[in-house]
Amino acid sequence: MLLIRCPWCGDRAELEFRHCGEAHIVRPADPSAQSDAEWAEYLYLRENPRGWHRERWRHIHGCGRFFNALRHTGTDRFAATYRAEDPRPEIPE
Amino acid sequence: MSGRLPAGGRIDRTRPLRFTFDGRGYTGYAGDTLASALLANGVHLVGRSFKYHRPRGILSAGSEEPNALVEIDRGGGRREPNVRATMVPLVDGLVARSQNRWPSLRLDLASLAGLAAPLLPAGFYYKTFLGPGREAWHRRWEPLIRRMAGLGRAPDAPDPDRYANRYAHAEVLVIGAGPAGLDAAIAAAEQGGRVILCDEQAEMGGSLLADPAQWDRLAAMLATLRANPRVTLLPRTTAFHHGLQNFVSLAQVLDRPDGLRERLWQVRARRVVLATGAIERTIPFAGNDRPGVMLADAARTYAARYGVLPGRRVVASVAHDSGYDAAFTLQDAGETVAAILDLRADPARAAAAEARGITVLRGHGIVGTRGGLHVTGVRAAPLMEGGRPDPVRARDIACDLVLMAGGWTPTLHLLSQARGRLRWDEAADAFLPGDLPEGITCVGSCAGTEAGLPIRAIAAGAAPGAFIDHQNDVTAKDIALALREGFTSIEHVKRYTTNGMATDQGKTSNMLGLAVAAATLGRALPEVGLTTFRPPYTPVTFGTLAGRARGLDFEPIRRAPLHGWAEAQGAVFEPVGQWMRARYFPRAGEDMHAAVARECRAVRAAVGMLDASTLGKIEVTGPDAAEFLERTYVNAVHSLKPGRSRYALLLREDGFVFDDGIIARLAPDRFHVTTTTGGAARVLHMLEDYRQTEFPELRVWLTSTTEHWGVIALQGPRARDLLAPHVEGLDLSREAFPHMACGAARICGIPGLVFRASFTGELGFEVNVPAGHAPMVWERLWQDGQRLGVVAYGTEAMHVLRAEKGYVIVGQETDGTVTPDDLGYGWAIGKAKRDFVGKRSLARPDMQRTDRLQLVGLKPRDGRVPDEGAQLVVGEGPSQGHVTSAYDVAVLGLLRAGRSRMGETILATSLDGAPIPLEVVPPVFLDPKGERLHG
Repeated sequence: MLLIRCPWCGDRAELEFRHCGEAHIVRPADPSAQSDAEWAEYLYLRENPRGWHRERWRHIHGCGRFFNALRHTGTDRFAATYRAEDPRPEIPE
Repeated sequence: MSGRLPAGGRIDRTRPLRFTFDGRGYTGYAGDTLASALLANGVHLVGRSFKYHRPRGILSAGSEEPNALVEIDRGGGRREPNVRATMVPLVDGLVARSQNRWPSLRLDLASLAGLAAPLLPAGFYYKTFLGPGREAWHRRWEPLIRRMAGLGRAPDAPDPDRYANRYAHAEVLVIGAGPAGLDAAIAAAEQGGRVILCDEQAEMGGSLLADPAQWDRLAAMLATLRANPRVTLLPRTTAFHHGLQNFVSLAQVLDRPDGLRERLWQVRARRVVLATGAIERTIPFAGNDRPGVMLADAARTYAARYGVLPGRRVVASVAHDSGYDAAFTLQDAGETVAAILDLRADPARAAAAEARGITVLRGHGIVGTRGGLHVTGVRAAPLMEGGRPDPVRARDIACDLVLMAGGWTPTLHLLSQARGRLRWDEAADAFLPGDLPEGITCVGSCAGTEAGLPIRAIAAGAAPGAFIDHQNDVTAKDIALALREGFTSIEHVKRYTTNGMATDQGKTSNMLGLAVAAATLGRALPEVGLTTFRPPYTPVTFGTLAGRARGLDFEPIRRAPLHGWAEAQGAVFEPVGQWMRARYFPRAGEDMHAAVARECRAVRAAVGMLDASTLGKIEVTGPDAAEFLERTYVNAVHSLKPGRSRYALLLREDGFVFDDGIIARLAPDRFHVTTTTGGAARVLHMLEDYRQTEFPELRVWLTSTTEHWGVIALQGPRARDLLAPHVEGLDLSREAFPHMACGAARICGIPGLVFRASFTGELGFEVNVPAGHAPMVWERLWQDGQRLGVVAYGTEAMHVLRAEKGYVIVGQETDGTVTPDDLGYGWAIGKAKRDFVGKRSLARPDMQRTDRLQLVGLKPRDGRVPDEGAQLVVGEGPSQGHVTSAYDVAVLGLLRAGRSRMGETILATSLDGAPIPLEVVPPVFLDPKGERLHG
């Protein structure tokens, strides 16, 4: 079980969290202006890297806040967790 | 034969213990394991093998044991199969039985299968399942194999024991209490941090336990550790899983007299020191599985630690110098060493052996063993070119114990689980720790041992019939066959032959199997690869993993505020999510059908009361509450006036129905939103997601009030007559409080909310009072309702009543592929809205098709009601949809282009009989004009 750092609460056990998919996907401001292809991409197309991945988590059994994380999908190492308004942390070497 | 030495060992000879094996009584001592006690009593034959029912003895003295699996019966339903006799501390009155034999261990008829071994070659199952033999499988093989194969018997009663779990943190967790682990623990303790030292054995010390010269040192080290209050010593505790970030799971055997059996420890450690030692390798000669053939170091352990001689006359097959230590220990204990057969041409320690009067045959191996249920001799022979012993030049040597000293494999299962890299080290002739993850150290022999004859050379001399995997009965020939049939990846060879896939996880077989494959393919060992190590390191009981989370404690049970009342009325409950809900209230002599029919009649004719407290409830407040709901739900919310509510639909962004309920506007900036019973948590999660991440600029707050409110639904033409006398501060008249009105009021004196809402098609109210007051309010209404013929109804009647009215249940009529229009609920969508969650998706071409599955009513033509889930078909064509709800009074279904097919007759498939003809009708069977609803 991973230890995950909630930006508000600090280190907590993985079972307090819920993974919420890829981060930094913004809902289009005017969905009706989107073509079918653009909308399908927003709905369904996601990165699936083996490596560093920016993703969303929610401290669902804690403070309830959503936040972002930079996690390596191969090693499960977290380089950083950060709030939506924080600058995006760099991908480690 | 064998037996107890007159002195020596770490056993307590003042404490004799009686035990039975297969019904026969024996005696051992405190400090014995079941295995050492059996050997002390001359019992070598302890089991039959998995596939061929070959007689098997005790191979090892530790957790790697593949053969000596027994059933331990501690009485009262405490029957545990497949226990390794080498890991069971002897206790007084222990009852053990052998497994997998019939009619008895000594005479096992199924061992005749051993003569027919060619019938069960590698890949037998694959070939039989896939080939033309598929038919024969059912007729012939399955019944035969079910009788023959397998291990122990599963227990047939619930486990009466208790299991605990505990979380712990430590600066350093040391796994393995051999010399390296003890040193590491002492050093770590001196740093001042919390130290946990665990070891799978009952007694700590590892290899020191088999070396009397080290016992004083061991006692001193343990005393040092015990004196330190920050050190936790956990014997009989196996680290079976090493996760990321040094999160390690330990299984501790307690066997406490109060019934506390085992404890699961989940330890997070800053640093983990792996001191897990090494496991001795076997040697692949024919008959290397006969009782009396043993790992050399195990024999040394039995003699030195337990004071047991596992034989009187020993022959050692040796490929590593450690075999000499074992032979010398046995000789010192009084055993005759008939010969040491060293596979190597020029062993360094041969001279020392010869100085002890031991015959050393250099460059010799074993052609085969003699004996039936116990070894009586070996056929020793010089090795030929390539490494196999030459049968032509073989000669017999009599013995009753054969040692195998094939060298050592470092135990790195845990490192591999923690995603550490193993690298092949040619000089050490082993896979050693490569890249270590952060916070892991390997010490002692798991970090490398001195090499003997390379395992590839040992494997090259393997006899075809030699056992590689003793537990799964895999021979060198099986591995060769798999390679011949084209399996070259070691992962495939493993699966095809099942080598290393038994409950011992291949501790004694993986490396040798790999080496046999490498030798056969003519490739280097690391090129063939290494199979993946997976947890658990040794078998863990389900009880330990489950801990207290079983039976009623498996998961929380949520009880609604009126649960107690329903229980007192004799309600039958059903689980809905984690809730227990009253399903129906049978009267004497009524079955479910009769009770539900009566409850439905009463609701339609008079009034019924339902505990609707399980409905999810979310209070949405703030200046932007309306805007937030406008953006998320399909409904027009801005236009909703305070004191009014709407049927609400929530879609996912892909346009499919996610949940439904009611949005009630209590004040301009305050809404009461209900969700389905099962959907409460996921709806709140989804709304929070949009609130926090998509619309953070909106000033709105979401609060779950599900358990705050107790909800009493009053449904039926007399509902107003029942409720009105108990309500103050709200005019419930038809004109002042129409369908979908809502407002605050005092109900039986309690401040609460009243909603005019119906899930039955009848005049209906939903009364919300703080949950603690709900039983009192219910009781008052119930008593008063007797004058009107009130019934309490449960979820089953609720389902029937709503289906009759054509109201859908999300999750029953919908399955994640259903749009509002598919349900005929397009009217709920706010037409003027620019956007809401899912709106754009509803405009996709596929959502606009007229041949989508649409909700229809289905009227049985011949009186038979179809099953829910039955497929709707026409002739022999493909499925046209399915039945979603089916009751005597109403059948609903999703039918392709259903709304354009009114009057058509279709068929519902039936599991027991002819298809059922159904007429396609509108999905509303009751009061289509809504006169009752608005009554």
